[in-house]
Amino acid sequence: MQFVTPLLEGLKVNLEILVVSTLLAFLMAFLAGFGRLAKYRVVRGITLVYVEVFRGTSLLVQLFWMYFALPAMHVNVSAMAAAIIALGLNYGAYGSEVVRSCLLAVPKGQTEASIALNMTYPLRMRRIILPQAWRMMLPGFGNLQIELLKGTSLVYLITLADITYKGMILRSANISQQSLIFAWMLVIYFVVAYALVLLIRYFERRAAVGRG
Amino acid sequence: MDVKRKVEESAPPIVRYKGISKAYGDHQVLDHIDLDIRPGEKIALIGPSGSGKTTLARLLMTLEKPTSGTIEVNGEQLWHMERKGKLVEADEKHLHRVRGQIGMVFQHFNLFPHMNIIRNVMEALVHVQKLPKAEAEARSLEMLERVGLKDRTHHYPSQLSGGQKQRVAIARALVMQPRIMLFDEVTSALDPELVGEVLDVIKNVASEGEMAMMLITHEMDFARDIADRVLFTDGGRIVEQGPPEQILEHPRSERLKLFLARFRRHFGDSADVMTAVGLE
Ligand SMILES: Nc1ncnc2c1ncn2[C@@H]1O[C@H](COP(=O)(O)OP(=O)(O)OP(=O)(O)O)[C@@H](O)[C@H]1O
Ligand SMILES: [Mg+2]
Repeated sequence: MQFVTPLLEGLKVNLEILVVSTLLAFLMAFLAGFGRLAKYRVVRGITLVYVEVFRGTSLLVQLFWMYFALPAMHVNVSAMAAAIIALGLNYGAYGSEVVRSCLLAVPKGQTEASIALNMTYPLRMRRIILPQAWRMMLPGFGNLQIELLKGTSLVYLITLADITYKGMILRSANISQQSLIFAWMLVIYFVVAYALVLLIRYFERRAAVGRG
Repeated sequence: MDVKRKVEESAPPIVRYKGISKAYGDHQVLDHIDLDIRPGEKIALIGPSGSGKTTLARLLMTLEKPTSGTIEVNGEQLWHMERKGKLVEADEKHLHRVRGQIGMVFQHFNLFPHMNIIRNVMEALVHVQKLPKAEAEARSLEMLERVGLKDRTHHYPSQLSGGQKQRVAIARALVMQPRIMLFDEVTSALDPELVGEVLDVIKNVASEGEMAMMLITHEMDFARDIADRVLFTDGGRIVEQGPPEQILEHPRSERLKLFLARFRRHFGDSADVMTAVGLE
């Protein structure tokens, strides 16, 4: 048990990054998801570049970029900020595909009925299209949320003292017990991931109200 | 039941299509359509598949933009507006203002699946017409009662039969009190035994309303009962029009004769039986 306390201390860093980068990822997912469907070609083009760049390069390289390359260009970010921005932008890019495809998956008849009732674009988005798309987004967001959690295990590579970092320190001091240390890391990750799964299921159940 | 009312012959039209054309690429779907609909007039559109009936309705509902020509609603341009003395393309604000006088019921209902029945009907009253919630609810309940669904208000669309769904959709459109209502094959997606209940509701509405109606339908008996005028479309044009008896019993053009003969061969007996059962 003597390993658990330091590991949990490290977990705090992961959770902090998880929460803030999730918020950023949501923001980016919706901005870019709507951006991909925008009326103006420029907007569609810019969002496409963002999405493809962040999906097409590895998260690790993006982390290194934020932490090592930006300062070289006289943009100073803390390790924490770099981790949050890299994870948020990366998973925001993936999330935007979820947003875009689910918006498109709402039947066209819903838009047409809303127009026939003289609803304006913001109104029909807010009241008709988004609530239906949201329900379809949840499974996709759920998967990405778990991926994001796992992604936080990379931040020790940019010097953050997260759970993986703590595990490595403990391991070098107690090399004979490394299996136990890694086992604890597994358990802790699993518990957090499972808590997220339950949370997502709760949202899915709530969104399914009234529909058979 | 005689649902027809006297239509003011001299009143200015509630809707006027003027030289309306619509093309998708090279495909000319509507070809210089001129059509006046008078306030309270009930017109039925019949014609072969692909002749442009749905497109004609969708242009008026602003779901589709005309390639050329103009549409006036109650004397006002729909797709155009005046700016500095010139007629320019209408913006969203203008469309929003004029569109409020038009309502539409679709073949596939298009109810909002995430809202219960009363919410479906109230939604636009509250958020578009900005009525106080209590008043919107009262008016919606009244409308649901009219279509015979007062006991289903807290059900969700997925819990209703097709006929019930379509009656909700009719209530939802009616409650907005449009000056003209478009019905695009509203019984085509229904099981035959459910057609009658929907046609009954429409007949009932037609009998009391000042509201003009455009009915796109394959139910010839229904068209005959309700319509003041029947229009036959073919190849993107209105080929023949007149009172139902004239169009359905004494067609003049060869194309209409052919259409009616084919139609009777295909649907003839069964269609007549269905409507008879539904309307008794
Ligand atoms: N969005 C579109 N893009 C391309 N072609 C279209 C589109 N919508 C309709 N059309 C074509 O326009 C023509 C007229 O279609 P429309 O739906 O108005 O006919 P309709 O008279 O309502 O036929 P039906 O009785 O089958 O409903 C058809 O040939 C159809 O294929
Ligand atoms: Mg059609």
